Amino acid sequence: MKKPSLPLIGLLFALVSMPSHALLNVMACEPEWAALTSELGGDKVKVSSATTALQDPHRIEARPSLIARTRNADFLVCTGLELEVGWLPVLLQQSGNPKIAPGQAGNFEAGSFVQRLDIPSHVDRNDGDVHAAGNPHIQQNPHNIAQVAAALSKRLSGIDPANAGYYEARYKDFSVRWNAAMSKWEQQAASLKNVPVIEHHKNMEYVLQWLGMRQVGTLEPKPGVEPSAAHLTQLLAQLQRQPAKMVLRAAYQDERASQWLSERAHIPALALPFTVGGNDQAKDLFSFFDDTVQRLLEAAK
Amino acid sequence: MLKHSVIATALAAALNAPLHAVAADDQTLAQIRAEIRQMKESYEARIEALEQRLQASEAKAALPQTAAAPPSATRSGNGFNPDIALILGGTYARLSQDPGNYRIQGFVPGGNEIGPGKRSFNLGESELTLSANVDPRFSGKLTFSLSPENQVSVEEAFFDSIGLVNGVNLKGGRFLSSVGYLNGQHAHTWDFVDAPLVYQAMFGDQYKPDGLQLKWLAPTERFFEVGMEAGNGAAFPGNDRNKNGVGSASLFGHVGDDLGESSSWRAGLAYLRTGAANRSYSDLDHTASEVSNSFDGKSRLWIVDGVYKWAPSGNATHTNFKLQGEYFWRKEDGTLVYDSLAQSLGSASLPFSSAQSGWYMQGVYQFLPAWRFGLRYDRLNSGAPKFGFEGSALGTIDFQRLSPYQPTRSSMIFDYSPSEFSRFRLQLAQDKSRPEVTDKQIFLQYIMSLGAHGAHSF
Repeated sequence: MKKPSLPLIGLLFALVSMPSHALLNVMACEPEWAALTSELGGDKVKVSSATTALQDPHRIEARPSLIARTRNADFLVCTGLELEVGWLPVLLQQSGNPKIAPGQAGNFEAGSFVQRLDIPSHVDRNDGDVHAAGNPHIQQNPHNIAQVAAALSKRLSGIDPANAGYYEARYKDFSVRWNAAMSKWEQQAASLKNVPVIEHHKNMEYVLQWLGMRQVGTLEPKPGVEPSAAHLTQLLAQLQRQPAKMVLRAAYQDERASQWLSERAHIPALALPFTVGGNDQAKDLFSFFDDTVQRLLEAAK
Repeated sequence: MLKHSVIATALAAALNAPLHAVAADDQTLAQIRAEIRQMKESYEARIEALEQRLQASEAKAALPQTAAAPPSATRSGNGFNPDIALILGGTYARLSQDPGNYRIQGFVPGGNEIGPGKRSFNLGESELTLSANVDPRFSGKLTFSLSPENQVSVEEAFFDSIGLVNGVNLKGGRFLSSVGYLNGQHAHTWDFVDAPLVYQAMFGDQYKPDGLQLKWLAPTERFFEVGMEAGNGAAFPGNDRNKNGVGSASLFGHVGDDLGESSSWRAGLAYLRTGAANRSYSDLDHTASEVSNSFDGKSRLWIVDGVYKWAPSGNATHTNFKLQGEYFWRKEDGTLVYDSLAQSLGSASLPFSSAQSGWYMQGVYQFLPAWRFGLRYDRLNSGAPKFGFEGSALGTIDFQRLSPYQPTRSSMIFDYSPSEFSRFRLQLAQDKSRPEVTDKQIFLQYIMSLGAHGAHSF
């Protein structure tokens, strides 16, 4: 054992001291942060998302390809708030990448920069899969995107100071366009205020809060617990007394429970893109919110 | 406050008291009135302030529950305390054959967990895991296993580096070795109740060295890692040899990638070299006496493993499929001491070598959320051991346990997982590990996980 170890270590160092890429290699945990990093980083960054809009961000396999990508990342942009607790720790552990270890500048948690909803007063699995740090599905409120953008832009400049001016200029440009878009969406969506809705999982809270809509029930009896026939029947009875306008779900969620309720309660079942790439229209952050607002307005008619 | 109320009570009492003697003159009366007015005003002001505070807090409570954005959004576990995770498990077993007679024909038994376990209700091993970051460089983890026989054992206890440098990871202590695919996974994450036969025969369940592991992940687009482990060699097929230096060493490599959006795979190759000194087992000789034989020599093992996973669009929540298989080939060379305790015909030392192999293949399909179905096939080939019988009166008949056989087993599972943290499983198996009988096995199992949300490896 003693003899081969020295050359082996030499080989390791020879292999690892390869020249670094000119572009900042960014791995985002979710598509919205990949999109935001692209907006802010422009052509100075190479961005990929670990998950797609059609995957449940709670339940991702720590696949070999993801480990390899984590290994090569200079910067990690995730939601945090325990959303990725089932897979990201494995990626970080196995990657052996000190740049993006928790607590390093290369590890960015978007959830730290926004006002969080649904912080439980106590955490008990009897209440389902609740997140002690609050509801992690923060990306559906554009104000959150704005706050994260400010922090992300600063962090990009900190990690890659050579391009700080570039990032700042891009942030300013983005910020102007984003603020204009937010006023437009809020104007368009004014009629959605107080519209009662049912949602599949408690992952729509931020968009509902933003537009002043009201959640009156969830298809899941408890967060993370599959919808059951008994619970859906109960929900249907509740809807007959207290109607709602629509049943919301994210693109990645199974449609059957929504459809079941939609047919019986005679209200539309609506799949929101939930994040960038959730449908053909939601190509970037702007079109993602355009599409979300349009779909909600359509369904509320 | 208290002083005021005492005075107020005293005053009230004094004022209500029958005025036997109108002692107080007008001046004192006016003074008392003024004091009471003052007190009344002061109380009114206080009540008003309290009302305002109440209104403010009510308004605050009516707002959606939000938190100001502190810099640290995530708390890991219980703050500074370690994360604690607890696994509870148990089985009900119905076995057509006496588990006391269980053996895998042709293979030297070793390790501790061979066979289907006991009949009827059985408490499984309860596992308690404590883990936390040691400092910014290292994390540590300890898993106790509490056996149904009320024994505590250290299942795993190791430190692990955190983002050491350029894809290098260092681990030290007692840990599940990275050789093979299933070996690195805790029993509670397995898809079947028991380990594949090849694991039972070649590792005595799972291979857990006490030692060090160094891994390196290549900076390539495709996942590629290599690693080596050095241990004391006490884990089966080795044993404690009271020697300085490295008692066991292994090398392994893994490669893996995605196939489109829906599929991914990983393949591995591993080599383990260990040795045994006076590794004893009991056998029957041709007089049908139970004798204790022991092996001295080296043991080398090669493992090829592969796993393929599929889920539509990579979303495993609804349906998914997993196919895995492993092939083991082991060669042992050395000397076998027959009847080391001279219980039958007297001790004899013979040159000995064996080449044995085995594999399993299993597929598990989640056809509905929470519901899965799986099949597994196990097959071993004990090969014919080579004895140096020259100048000895012994023959292969004196090593009945090692007489060649090809054990097989077929298993089927159905399981239901009400949530990520609980699972109920039915397993049916036909076990032909020994030639004379077929053991028909039925297991019912529960697995519950409490506490810290563990992340699962691929």
